[in-house]
Amino acid sequence: MPLQIADKSFKSRLFTGTGKFGSSQQMCEAIAASGSELTTMALKRVDLAHGDDGIIEPLQKLEVNLLPNTSGAKSSKEAIFAAELAREALSTHWIKLEIHPDPRYLLPDPIETLKAAEILCNKGFVVLPYCGADPVLCKHLEEIGCAAVMPLGAPIGSNQGLQTRALLEIIIEQSRVPVVVDAGIGSPSHAAEAMELGADAVLVNTAIASARDPIAMGRAFKLAVEAGRIAYRSGLATPITQASASSPLTEFLESLQ
Amino acid sequence: MSFSDYWQQLEWQQLQQGIYEASSRDVERALGSNKLTLENFAALLSPAADSYLPQMAERAASLTRQRFGKTIQFYLPLYLSNLCANDCSYCGFSMSNRLKRRTLTPEEIERECLAIKQMGFDSVLLVTGEHEAKVGMNYFHSVLPIIKRHFNYLMMEVQPLAQEEYRELVSLGLDAVMVYQETYHQPTYASHHLRGKKQDFHWRLQTPDRLARAGVDKIGLGALIGLDDWRTDSLFVAHHLRYLEQNYWQSRYSISFPRLRPCAGNTRQQGLMRDRELVQLISAYRLLSPQVELSLSTREPAWLRDKLIPLGITSMSAGSSTSPGGYATATEALEQFSIDDNRSPSEVQAMIQAQGFEVVWKDWERSYSG
Repeated sequence: MPLQIADKSFKSRLFTGTGKFGSSQQMCEAIAASGSELTTMALKRVDLAHGDDGIIEPLQKLEVNLLPNTSGAKSSKEAIFAAELAREALSTHWIKLEIHPDPRYLLPDPIETLKAAEILCNKGFVVLPYCGADPVLCKHLEEIGCAAVMPLGAPIGSNQGLQTRALLEIIIEQSRVPVVVDAGIGSPSHAAEAMELGADAVLVNTAIASARDPIAMGRAFKLAVEAGRIAYRSGLATPITQASASSPLTEFLESLQ
Repeated sequence: MSFSDYWQQLEWQQLQQGIYEASSRDVERALGSNKLTLENFAALLSPAADSYLPQMAERAASLTRQRFGKTIQFYLPLYLSNLCANDCSYCGFSMSNRLKRRTLTPEEIERECLAIKQMGFDSVLLVTGEHEAKVGMNYFHSVLPIIKRHFNYLMMEVQPLAQEEYRELVSLGLDAVMVYQETYHQPTYASHHLRGKKQDFHWRLQTPDRLARAGVDKIGLGALIGLDDWRTDSLFVAHHLRYLEQNYWQSRYSISFPRLRPCAGNTRQQGLMRDRELVQLISAYRLLSPQVELSLSTREPAWLRDKLIPLGITSMSAGSSTSPGGYATATEALEQFSIDDNRSPSEVQAMIQAQGFEVVWKDWERSYSG
């Protein structure tokens, strides 16, 4: 079954990013190999005045859906302004809301994010907020109208995998909107793990862009996301650490009618 | 509380001794650590670390790729004025140097902006000497809006200002300020700054505090290499960085490591830091802080800049002119220091691309400013 977010459906559950690549050609080939149908790009990198930034034009040829993000914004006010600029310049009302006032770990600001998300939803945007793996925050974001939530697996760009696994499980269990695990996924096995947990999609950038061969790595992630999704749908066997033997405690059960 | 108070607690000689006494065991411990302490950093600056240079450089390269990807940001200095009321032993703009003084008018600035824009830049660094009366707040107030119309990211390297003045400039679109301490060793500082407001060591030392409190997005630190022992000065820079990161968590930081270049009036010996040691310093900074931006100017020769691209550098200038008005019309006589990499921006870009890297011309949106 395809993944539905707002008015769009996606066959691929792998979302990608456009940062950190060595050239725009490499970026395009890696995204194509990944099979991704939605890719995010920082508005701050896009040259809206001249269009000569090596990002937008090649992506448009790929026919991938563009998801502008507000990376660089430190407050709700800046993020809202950026979203409106993106809507006008790129004719999309989809926005990945990123507000990280902490430039060191780029951790999302929950208070400003919730504030901006509400205003942007009211202005008719399809809002996909990057947020901490906080189940209560995710419920709030869902209630104010976000089209999906994007909790982090680990600090962005850290390749550390699902450090927030216990909280992601709760978010996935409770959410009524798609859950996209964003940030921290460093290897295809991490992506598969997120999909096995029941995440609706994952977003991967650094792990693909920083690989020695980004194109081959794009394909590796495609396969991992597909495998993880199939495994989730197939009903995973639960790990068992002990052999099961009958015990004196339960022997009497056999004689019960 | 400011960095002056913190600085008072640091003993130059003690820190220097710690660096020179570091053993290979200390270096290995630093290399094995994921989060470096300042003690680890001192070991990486030590003479003992020299034999570990290949490992340090490889690790620096890999940390930089993970954080910044295969990209190098481009910026260009825009010299607005060479008027100066300071006398500094190492600077071509020094008051006692006899050279033609010039301050760009709004019309001339407009022409410079167009010339710079033509080269593709979207990030500029405004540079002036220190002349309160003619190149002070009034001047900045009148020229910043002109410049901001052309560029998304606006940096400044001018005399230290007051917190309120910085706040005012932020409202006009100022994004970043570079203010290098030159040296953290007060007696040496005094011996190189012979006249003018720059003699006030502590006013300069507290500038990053004022910048952070005024909400400037990025703060540039650094020591001028060649004034005193570069290892000890660099350890002070690291202390300064750690202090700022802890106190002002919303600011970004960048570090520069300018080596003294020939300029009018400077008769001092060059070559106080070997090229090998520059690689050591860049690697050590990167291992200390995966996120700090490391900037390289055209002071360094082309061949060395090419080699340093993958090792930890995140931003560089290219095609720079260090004299006011130098982009619209070439005028060598007025320059602050002579540059060594004379290639055009597109030549440098081609070199960067050949190494598998992408040049980032634009990395900011003006709506995030102020």
